[in-house]
Amino acid sequence: MVVAMIPLVLIVFEVTRRGIGVVNLDFVTQVEPPPRREGGGYAAGFFGTLYIMALAVLMSIPFGIATAVYIVEYGPNRLTSAIRFFTDVMTGIPSIFVGLFVYGLLVIGWGGMGFGTFVGAVAIAVMMLPIVTRSSEEMLRLVPNEMRNASYGLGARKWQTIVHTVLPAAAPGLTTGSMLAIARGIGETAPLLLTAFGTGLVVTTFQGDPQGAVPMQLYRGATQPFEAGIDRAWGAALCLFVLVLAFTVVARWVGSKASTNAH
Amino acid sequence: MSTEAPEAPAPEDPRRGTTLRSSKGRMADPLFKWAVASCGTIVLVILALMVLRTTTEAWPVFAKEGFFGFLTGEQWQSGNSRSEITGTYGAWPFIYGTLVTATIAIVIALPLAIMVSFYLTHMAPRRIAKPLSYTVELLAAVPSVIFGLWGLHWFLPNVLRPFFEFLEGVLGWFFLFEGPIRGVGYLSAGIVLAIMILPIMTAIIREVIAVHPVEQRMAAYALGSTRWEVLRNVVLPASFSGIVAAAMLGLGRALGETIAVLMLIGGSQSWGASLFGTGSSMASHIAATFGEATPESRTALMAIGVALFLVTMIVNILARVIVWRLGRMTGDAAV
Repeated sequence: MVVAMIPLVLIVFEVTRRGIGVVNLDFVTQVEPPPRREGGGYAAGFFGTLYIMALAVLMSIPFGIATAVYIVEYGPNRLTSAIRFFTDVMTGIPSIFVGLFVYGLLVIGWGGMGFGTFVGAVAIAVMMLPIVTRSSEEMLRLVPNEMRNASYGLGARKWQTIVHTVLPAAAPGLTTGSMLAIARGIGETAPLLLTAFGTGLVVTTFQGDPQGAVPMQLYRGATQPFEAGIDRAWGAALCLFVLVLAFTVVARWVGSKASTNAH
Repeated sequence: MSTEAPEAPAPEDPRRGTTLRSSKGRMADPLFKWAVASCGTIVLVILALMVLRTTTEAWPVFAKEGFFGFLTGEQWQSGNSRSEITGTYGAWPFIYGTLVTATIAIVIALPLAIMVSFYLTHMAPRRIAKPLSYTVELLAAVPSVIFGLWGLHWFLPNVLRPFFEFLEGVLGWFFLFEGPIRGVGYLSAGIVLAIMILPIMTAIIREVIAVHPVEQRMAAYALGSTRWEVLRNVVLPASFSGIVAAAMLGLGRALGETIAVLMLIGGSQSWGASLFGTGSSMASHIAATFGEATPESRTALMAIGVALFLVTMIVNILARVIVWRLGRMTGDAAV
């Protein structure tokens, strides 16, 4: 039954082997030359990913956790079960469709904002929201009811109980969920193609100019014919993989520590 | 956006907290509830907007081609009018590509997922089961663009191409395996998709098999069954609906996957019976042509998106309903 491990091992091996020679300081700090030429790097992509992810985190994580609080602390009622169900459904929406939706809603729709950092971040936030909500919900449910009752017993109101008792108790778990969502968001490519659109330059504008991201640049590098560009794509894959891996592993680690503390 | 929560308007008649004298204290609880509830409804608002916005955007195309005409048409010729639909838009080649790649993926991944889960839950010693299930989880976290890169530049030339040549040599007379072999194509995309959906299916099937009562298995073993017979005749029938749900969630993933398919399917607008042939899936066609598309053909791409959304929603909702009725959500939102 090593079958399940083979693909991961192969991917890790190949991405490391071909990527390790490419990644250096220049790779992070310089923009990409034309695909034929060697050297340079994905500075534009890294900056764009950082920018987009920062905005997406601000948009998705507070709302996700608040939704989970509503579901766990004020449910179950008809509204919370609807929210739960549709959150589940939302995890299954194709990412390309999220891109089309944000394109239709913001890029050409209301206001006609055009391509840019912000609309890209909205698309990523929509992808992340259900992940944050579902995992936060699980974590809030792990908080024992005795803690809530003790808080009420001391005369705390419901909101005080939630803010000062339940959320701190669930904090490590909430961190896990948020980090898993970030790990997912970093690697998203398809929705960004339709919203941030991509560029090879470092773009600092909030909205209105096409913005780049590592996965998009990776995709374009991998699908053009020149060897130097493909090599850089392997380098980007290594960086992306390490980032996603770091977030996933740290998230699991925080999560497992939290669950051993809770019991 | 995130600043709107605390500034919510106060409800007129706060019925709770009347024992506390300060009006500020009395307002706090309903206010807080109102704030988190409105955050919660955002999900519903987003979904509603999604359906509304994309459908209205795509409506002219459906109006011109007819819904079924759009789905079954084989011609895709973009026009470049700004106000009306002048091209011909038929999504069948892309629908075909989506169905074929997703079917290949399920056919390969489902038996594998069942065997891996059975091994993880029943046969593996603990010190192997833990790292193995961890590996499967990590596989789920790998971004699809990395699958695409790896598939295109390593897996395809080193593994798939020799395999395809062998397949063509042995089964070349059969219409599914007719040459020429281009490398990229339906089968390549389908096989990489199978690897990508393996984790989510394994995660759910494992949960389903794990709750299967141990007494039944022990009874079967006591009657002299082999492991295979236990899996085939005892565990699988009892876990059938869960396995169906897992297959459907995997199918939903496979139908909607974009980047990896885009890099491996070849991106042509034709379709043909041979699995070695190149084509496009619905999602990959949207991503491939969106950048250079005219406003008019972006409308048509939106229509493909709506069709894709409908199919994946039906598949997903059915799967979720089955999982919910089993009452065993995996609890892992990441998968």
